[in-house]
Amino acid sequence: MIKDTIKKALQELFPVPEPVVAETPPTEAAEGEETKAKKTVKEGPRVNGVIERDYNACGYHLDAQVDPGELLAAVLILDKAGFFIESITGVDWIKEDQLEVIYDFSRYDFDLCRVVIRTRTPRTAPKVPTISKIFSGANWHERETHDFFGIKFEGHPHLIPLLLPEDADFHPLLKDFKP
Amino acid sequence: MSAPIHIQPGETFTLNVGPQHPATHGVLRVKLEMDGEYIVHAETVLGYIHRMHELMGENRTYPQVLPNLSRLDYLGALGYTHGHVLAVERASGIEVPERAEYIRAITVEMNRIASHLFWFGAFVMDLGGFTPLMYAIQDREYILDILERVTGSRLTYCYYRFGGLYNDIDDEFIPATKAFIPRMRESLKKYDALVTGNIILQKRLKDIGPLSKELCRKYGATGPVARGSGIDFDVRKNEPYSVYPEFDFDIPVYHECDSFARYKVRMDEMEQSLRIIEQGLEKLPDGPIMPAKKPKLIKPPAGDYYQAVETARGSFGIRIVSDGGKNAYRFKLRSPTYSNMHLFDEACEGMLIMDALALMGSLDLVIPEIDR
Repeated sequence: MIKDTIKKALQELFPVPEPVVAETPPTEAAEGEETKAKKTVKEGPRVNGVIERDYNACGYHLDAQVDPGELLAAVLILDKAGFFIESITGVDWIKEDQLEVIYDFSRYDFDLCRVVIRTRTPRTAPKVPTISKIFSGANWHERETHDFFGIKFEGHPHLIPLLLPEDADFHPLLKDFKP
Repeated sequence: MSAPIHIQPGETFTLNVGPQHPATHGVLRVKLEMDGEYIVHAETVLGYIHRMHELMGENRTYPQVLPNLSRLDYLGALGYTHGHVLAVERASGIEVPERAEYIRAITVEMNRIASHLFWFGAFVMDLGGFTPLMYAIQDREYILDILERVTGSRLTYCYYRFGGLYNDIDDEFIPATKAFIPRMRESLKKYDALVTGNIILQKRLKDIGPLSKELCRKYGATGPVARGSGIDFDVRKNEPYSVYPEFDFDIPVYHECDSFARYKVRMDEMEQSLRIIEQGLEKLPDGPIMPAKKPKLIKPPAGDYYQAVETARGSFGIRIVSDGGKNAYRFKLRSPTYSNMHLFDEACEGMLIMDALALMGSLDLVIPEIDR
């Protein structure tokens, strides 16, 4: 199963594996406990690490949160394992003063495994390294995310507005955006 | 004015294809750096009809966003609305009655055929043959008439609801669809004889516009574009959703990687869609089209949900990030042609311009769906 190999490979990125182990059991626990366990995961601040998700409930198998510095290493693991890039997007967590960048990966074969990689960056100076050197298709997705959230993808070859007008200096999907 | 232009060896010039150009089928601009007839470098410029559906998804309640989805892709709109309702149903745990799912699958497949028919006509027209478009539009008209009766609109459908459908099919839907299937099969034979074997078409498409497997993977190409490059990937099979596991159908895959392979994939897919419709009508269960128990207000619990569906153009994904409110916190649309078009810049380098336009046609672009 590709899911287990990827999970293992991603786990090696994180020196402290304890929170990961604590969060995985809910998938096998009884239903009532499961929802309870999920709530506790949501409430506490998310720590870096890999979580195995219930595919039927949320639509993906592995959910990894990494630091921007570890992003390239995580993406390289997926590239080597033959994943294709589905999309890149952002989420503005204004209450926590952070911007989240979400990377979706999936596979062409029948060993279904959707992997979500997330990374967070401060809202005041959002910076994430580009992955367009690994996946060429990330180029437009990153430009779009830059358009909408103002996240700077360091090392991107051509970070100019894609969908917005070429002179746009606003970022419409930020929660404090006023048209 | 009268001085002739001499291009020095090694000198290039810039050619703008679009934003208003018949070959781009919409407002898309491709900046081409040309060395004579050959493309040295291409840059696609997007955003001419960007409408920010993702922001609209954030500042409206879930049901209010329903009509937006069909404005993405006006040729195969039902596939997109299907993805949206499935995503919200997954997020808020709504059960869908079986009859509703069957009708959804049947109508989505009808819409897929309509979309492929229009692509077929427009693609052959790009290559210089006008007549097939007229035949294709005539067949497509039958589908639109059938769909109009049940959905109420011809292109921008808003037929699916969270939990089911807006209304049940009427008495004429089943006989009309049953009459359509053999007629469509005859038409497919006609297209095969009229177009597929045509020597001009074959010369324009065979071994032209190669897209390697690796290129598709790096750009995340899906749908007929990937299947024409030997990638056996169809969300309906790889990541089964709705009632598709109940149907017996094949995924056409061609390994030639050229424009002709992509043409063949779509032509074969129409036959497979007919098979699904046929089986769907046979198996169509009786029962309600909306669940008995359904929350009055759609408020998915806080979380991050993803749903992918196979539309006529490839894998369409919806990400809903909910904070427990009546509006989505984040509403991301992953459009298939966005990724499929992206590889054009790299793939067309070194090609003759007319071959590049044939390649662009074989990608089956719908611009509102790229720009969103």
